[in-house]
Amino acid sequence: MGTSAQLRRRIAAALFAAAFASLATAADIGQIKVAKGPVTIERGGQTLPAAVGMRVQTADVVTTGADASVGITMGDNSLLSAGPNSTLSLDRYEFDATTSRGRFDASLSTGSLAVVSGRIAKQSPEAMTVRTPFAILGVRGTEFVVSAHAPTAAPN
Amino acid sequence: MLRLLRRIERALVAACVAGGLAACATQSGTVVLLPEQGGRDTAVTVRQGDRTLVLDQPYAAADLTSTGPQPRASSAAEVDRRFAAALAAQPARPRVYTLYFVEQTDTLTDESRRMLDTVAAEIARHPVPDIVVVGHTDRVGSDVVNDALARKRAETVRTGLTQRGIAAENIVAVGRGKREPIVPTADGVAEPLNRRVEIVVR
Repeated sequence: MGTSAQLRRRIAAALFAAAFASLATAADIGQIKVAKGPVTIERGGQTLPAAVGMRVQTADVVTTGADASVGITMGDNSLLSAGPNSTLSLDRYEFDATTSRGRFDASLSTGSLAVVSGRIAKQSPEAMTVRTPFAILGVRGTEFVVSAHAPTAAPN
Repeated sequence: MLRLLRRIERALVAACVAGGLAACATQSGTVVLLPEQGGRDTAVTVRQGDRTLVLDQPYAAADLTSTGPQPRASSAAEVDRRFAAALAAQPARPRVYTLYFVEQTDTLTDESRRMLDTVAAEIARHPVPDIVVVGHTDRVGSDVVNDALARKRAETVRTGLTQRGIAAENIVAVGRGKREPIVPTADGVAEPLNRRVEIVVR
């Protein structure tokens, strides 16, 4: 029993260290330029209040409350902005500023999102995707809006 | 996040099996392609399983349903109604300003020195400016010489911006040498338009 508790503690410590290391080394991939109302970022198990100027990182989950909205400019110049009651996850982001090659995958599980694609999609069409509960959007360029909500009966 | 989406998907499939196929078509969102400002090619593909739909006309839309994307036409009015808050939160578009230099030097041309005032004033209006200054040269001389000159030009502009009140920590200065001429020329050609610094403001 004592051994297993020790082991658990050691695993927890290792996980914490790993999470901390990834936070310390994770590159900033974009910046919050607009924030209205309650906006939070879930990062490494913590929920942080988001404010204008804050940098975002890979795997951040950005959530807006009722009447809230948020606008983010990414390092490749893509613009993401979400309306109220939205949950947007920045799942994957890789960008080489010299070649413009990269990969950007985001998910909108609920809410509304406006997108202006940036250098990643311009260099490699469909290297940027936005995932919704039912479909994956491949972005060739450049501007679109998408909404996501809990499934309801489709109109016939 | 992906796990959550998969769980929702699984729950839906389970509900469909329980309720019979006719009850299966549920909708969980809409995507609308917006008109492109620059008139360039623009499109979004909607993939679901092995089905792909391409939206490539302004206001072409798809309802995202459990049985696949359903194409339809949307409109500016519908977009304004449903996406007003998301569109209102859109950050300012990144802007690029170009300044020019006297041949072989990091001295701005008179006109560009005046323009630096205008650029600094524009930047000051951004709540959280994020600035990249990229130095370039024309194609006279070696890479080594031009890399150093491009870097020096970028630093000159960075210093110019900080002297005009822009915080240094918000400015990154880099040099690209002669690799990216704006006017394509043979190597060794002096071209004033290539002797430049681009200031990207986000």
